[in-house]
Amino acid sequence: MADILDLLVSAAFWTATLRIATPYILGTLGELVCERAGVLNLGIEGIMTLGAMAGWMTVYQGGDLWTGVMVAALAGGTLGLLHALLTVPLGLSQHVTGIGITLLGTSLSYYVYRMVLPQVSSPPTIEPFQPWAVPILSEIPVIGQALFNQTPLTYAALGAVGLVAWVLYRTPLGLAVRMVGENPAAAEAQGISVTAVRMGAVVCGSALMAVGGAFLTLSAFNAFFFNMINGRGWICIALVVFASWRPGKALLGAVLFAAFDALQLRLQQIVGPALPYQVFLMLPYVLSILALVLMSRRAAYPRALMIPFRKGERH
Amino acid sequence: MWLEPREHVSVAVRVLAPVAAVVASLALCAVLIAWTGTGVIQAYGLLFQGALGSQFALAETLTRATPLMLTGLAVAVAFRAKLWNIGAEGQLYAGALVAVLLGSGPLELPAWALLPVVLVAGALAGSVLLIGPTVLKTRFGVDEVVTTLLLNFIVLLFVSMMLEGPLKDPMGMGWPQSAPVLPEAELPKLIERSRLHWGLVLGVVASVVLWVINTRTVWGYEIKAVGANPRAAGFAGIAVNGVMLRVAMLSGGLAGLAGAVEIAGLRGYLTLDLSPGFGYSGIVVAMLAQLHPLAVVAASMFVAGIFVGADAMSRSVAVPNYIADVLVAVSLLCMLVAGFLVRYRIRWSGARAGRGN
Amino acid sequence: MHEVVLRLAGVTKRFGALVANDDISLELRRGEVMALLGENGAGKTTLMNILFGHYVADEGSIEAFGKPLPGGSPKAALAAGICMVHQHFTLADNLSVLDNVILGTEPLWRFRSDRGAAAAKLSALAERFGLTVDPAASVGSLSVGERQRVEILKALYRDARILILDEPTAVLTPQESELLFATLKLLTAEGLGVIFISHKMNEVMAASDTVGVLRGGKLVAVRRTAETDRSELAELMIGRTLKAPAVEPMEPAEPVLTLAGVTVRAARGMLDRADLVVRRHQIVGIAGVSGNGQAALADLVSGLGVPNDGRLEVFGKPVVVAGPLEMVRRGVARIPEDRHATGLVGDMTVWENLIAERVRLPEFSRFGFLRRDAARARAREVIKDYDVRCPGPDAVSRLLSGGNMQKLILGRTLSYKPGLILANQPTRGLDVGAVAYVHEQLLAARRAGAGVLLISEDLDELLALADQVAVIHRGRLSPLMPRAAVTVRQLGLAMAGHWEELPDVA
Repeated sequence: MADILDLLVSAAFWTATLRIATPYILGTLGELVCERAGVLNLGIEGIMTLGAMAGWMTVYQGGDLWTGVMVAALAGGTLGLLHALLTVPLGLSQHVTGIGITLLGTSLSYYVYRMVLPQVSSPPTIEPFQPWAVPILSEIPVIGQALFNQTPLTYAALGAVGLVAWVLYRTPLGLAVRMVGENPAAAEAQGISVTAVRMGAVVCGSALMAVGGAFLTLSAFNAFFFNMINGRGWICIALVVFASWRPGKALLGAVLFAAFDALQLRLQQIVGPALPYQVFLMLPYVLSILALVLMSRRAAYPRALMIPFRKGERH
Repeated sequence: MWLEPREHVSVAVRVLAPVAAVVASLALCAVLIAWTGTGVIQAYGLLFQGALGSQFALAETLTRATPLMLTGLAVAVAFRAKLWNIGAEGQLYAGALVAVLLGSGPLELPAWALLPVVLVAGALAGSVLLIGPTVLKTRFGVDEVVTTLLLNFIVLLFVSMMLEGPLKDPMGMGWPQSAPVLPEAELPKLIERSRLHWGLVLGVVASVVLWVINTRTVWGYEIKAVGANPRAAGFAGIAVNGVMLRVAMLSGGLAGLAGAVEIAGLRGYLTLDLSPGFGYSGIVVAMLAQLHPLAVVAASMFVAGIFVGADAMSRSVAVPNYIADVLVAVSLLCMLVAGFLVRYRIRWSGARAGRGN
Repeated sequence: MHEVVLRLAGVTKRFGALVANDDISLELRRGEVMALLGENGAGKTTLMNILFGHYVADEGSIEAFGKPLPGGSPKAALAAGICMVHQHFTLADNLSVLDNVILGTEPLWRFRSDRGAAAAKLSALAERFGLTVDPAASVGSLSVGERQRVEILKALYRDARILILDEPTAVLTPQESELLFATLKLLTAEGLGVIFISHKMNEVMAASDTVGVLRGGKLVAVRRTAETDRSELAELMIGRTLKAPAVEPMEPAEPVLTLAGVTVRAARGMLDRADLVVRRHQIVGIAGVSGNGQAALADLVSGLGVPNDGRLEVFGKPVVVAGPLEMVRRGVARIPEDRHATGLVGDMTVWENLIAERVRLPEFSRFGFLRRDAARARAREVIKDYDVRCPGPDAVSRLLSGGNMQKLILGRTLSYKPGLILANQPTRGLDVGAVAYVHEQLLAARRAGAGVLLISEDLDELLALADQVAVIHRGRLSPLMPRAAVTVRQLGLAMAGHWEELPDVA
């Protein structure tokens, strides 16, 4: 028990937690933006995969790291645009379209990777982002050491939380996004183009998710593996519900979740072979389901979520 | 531009829609093939040959179609009731796990009884796995898409735990695989010296049975009503939650059966690569079939053909066999658009149709 | 005379073969309230949707303040100072009043919205026109009347010069309606032009300066309100003189529905110690603003809910195990509030919908298999007996008109000669012919010995049909009163909770 307490106050633990949390923060934010506008984006798993592959491939082909991030965002945004085209103007089932986007994003990533690197036994690597300690701040014990010894993409993810929150709650654009997710007919009657706002939100949200995927290949690891997203996208969808569609709570949820993940990694070392390692690996998924069950009752979900809107049609 | 709902859709249009979707996806993926520098015609020719070009190829395709038929039916029956079961993959593994567990010898049963018990138990395992998310959906409003998806990962980890633990084959040279099932628990081969087994017949029979259920029985009627308008169904006196549970049993059962059939008919033992995504491809099969049980048979053969053909093709030209996954994903999206064009007509100008009250 | 602010010239709109608006020309002047009167399906809503840019007219032109208004763009209409208050409010429940009002009034790409100034402007407007409402309150917590105020404030905030209201009183009590019309007077005094759409004669007479009558897509007459009267308008609107349904006096017999101290606490609404008796040969009307417990009462009789407390009896026997099938078996006919949402499954065929309530009974199924021939034969009968206009039993019911959908529901349930009929808003949104048909059927059932529980927001309908009336308010039912003993004014006040106004009939 004392071991665990020591762990919880150690800077190394929280540094790891924030690192683990970064893809969840970005993925959850991206999904949140889509859902706030009324579009469920089950393409997240595929979009994160494509982001991971595209970002890594760009750097591997000689681009610098930030170009990799941009390419990942662009690739994710493009896949998001496809999802938006099918679900917004055409109003197709958001469930099935999302699954299709995930299948497409994943298979396309593998195809391109294999096409460029047909005969590799061990995956080639790149030089990833290095942690950048913020002067002075990173010397504050524990909190500073944990918060300000991260790679640039983690800082970017934290910044994105503030940015998304500001846009959603403080700007006319954010109000429009929230309104098309709550009552699109009302937005349309006030002169807002529901189609444009929804599509824009899905594209931007998808770009965020893709950067979350790229974090894995450009920052956390230095290579692209098959199955590397491994359900992170689906967990993000659960985290959005857990966060009641609020950016601040999304950050909280992602960090809590990551802390738990970091904890189970340490526990594995402590407990050792007494329990099969698969039990620990199952925990994040079990935890996500639990979070969904606990929060679903209280969830104030966007009223128009998953409801397509066609101009002039009665509801 | 605006959309006008079509009032009547002819059978010809319904049949043509998936064909058009497939043609469109082949055309779109031609770009990816051309990118590798391979001739598109050559590549598709090889793919076709590899899928249907010989008796061996055909048998391979039908073997591959068998589990897809069952997972396709599982998805079709669930989606009809708007139960978004994306967990066929996990249910398949649950079915396979139970099949191996019972089929490898712990039961004292007459020889003829073992196979039916293994298949039924496998199906039940799939059913049980889907009941959880369904109850969470009907009781607490938890979205079943996410829960069934997450369960896929949990089940796979559980299977991995079993294969490295209690179920590990002592003769397996350290590989994480189970002991094989007894010969009495195996499905007989359909054609000697091929891998094709009686599971195919089971799949076709299942689709006919499901079609009869859908069109001729109270159950099918209730499933349709609940899927189309649960409020009206409830008002009319249909027990909506009960119907959902029944659908979950049916859908999970079919996916579980797919796993049991793969074990009993083809593999004989369980490994972690039993299914190359049969559960997810089942969604594509069901959508290509427009959720029609009989059409699932054809759609599963198409998807199986793509996978088998792409494997063969990638052996002779420099196109990664992942082209099959891309093709299947693109055809799902194309099918969605085709289904849309079946339901709506796009008008670029002129009068918007409306209908008074 | 003030200047013309809005001019329509020869506006025509076709939907396929149907001409929804046929060569309509009219003028609205500054400071004027114009009523557009017409039946459902006369083309009122289409015309307003053209004005506001939801639809594009096939022919004709619209001018606002002397400038042509481009069609098909709500944005252009807003820019020209035209604002619309829809019948179904276009508000987001989860957002605040202020959020709802300022949406779309600022350029989207701004670093921050100036909420302080917006709140100040909103409060000033609210004060000037007596439309008090808390800007920070979430819309979901407001009453229907307050929501309408928010809708009007939305228009005023945008400096509307022309205000269009679509059936604004449909959801209000008579007293709330009066308040609304007082507000409209204030607005016109400030120079706004107002158009309101209605099918209620007394409102039109009370609140408008001019009235345009639409019938079958044509503008058949424009009158100064002061120079016309109800009977002329009614004739113009319907094209023939309206005959009130003849309710022959009948002696009520034994009770078919009894509620004694029934309390229901459910998500869809509540009942608080309700007492009610419906007898054979009797129509009992329930008046009230929607959301006051009607849903709970209807669910109870439909078999969808059970009392938390108190006694519920149908045909003299207590209801122990509720359920729609149980009620249907006992002989209860149920006409639901919303044809589309709960009445029919739109994607199923006519015959499939006809057997929905009885699919598990031997009549339509055996050993779990459907008796499709029996069902189709039944469908053909109902189509004939109830004059359902459709291609046949295999037609998809989504494609039926509202009136024919309702006939289908009537046929599904009334053809079994029920002893108790629950009719929940049975004529909402129907055209005059279909309304008359539904009324006839209910009266015929009453003659045949059924008891009818008629829940309606339309006081005219209640006073035309019901033998006895009760008012429902916040889950409480008033005592039953004979129709002759109450007036519209009393009912209106009682609907707002002023029961002391009701005549003492105990």
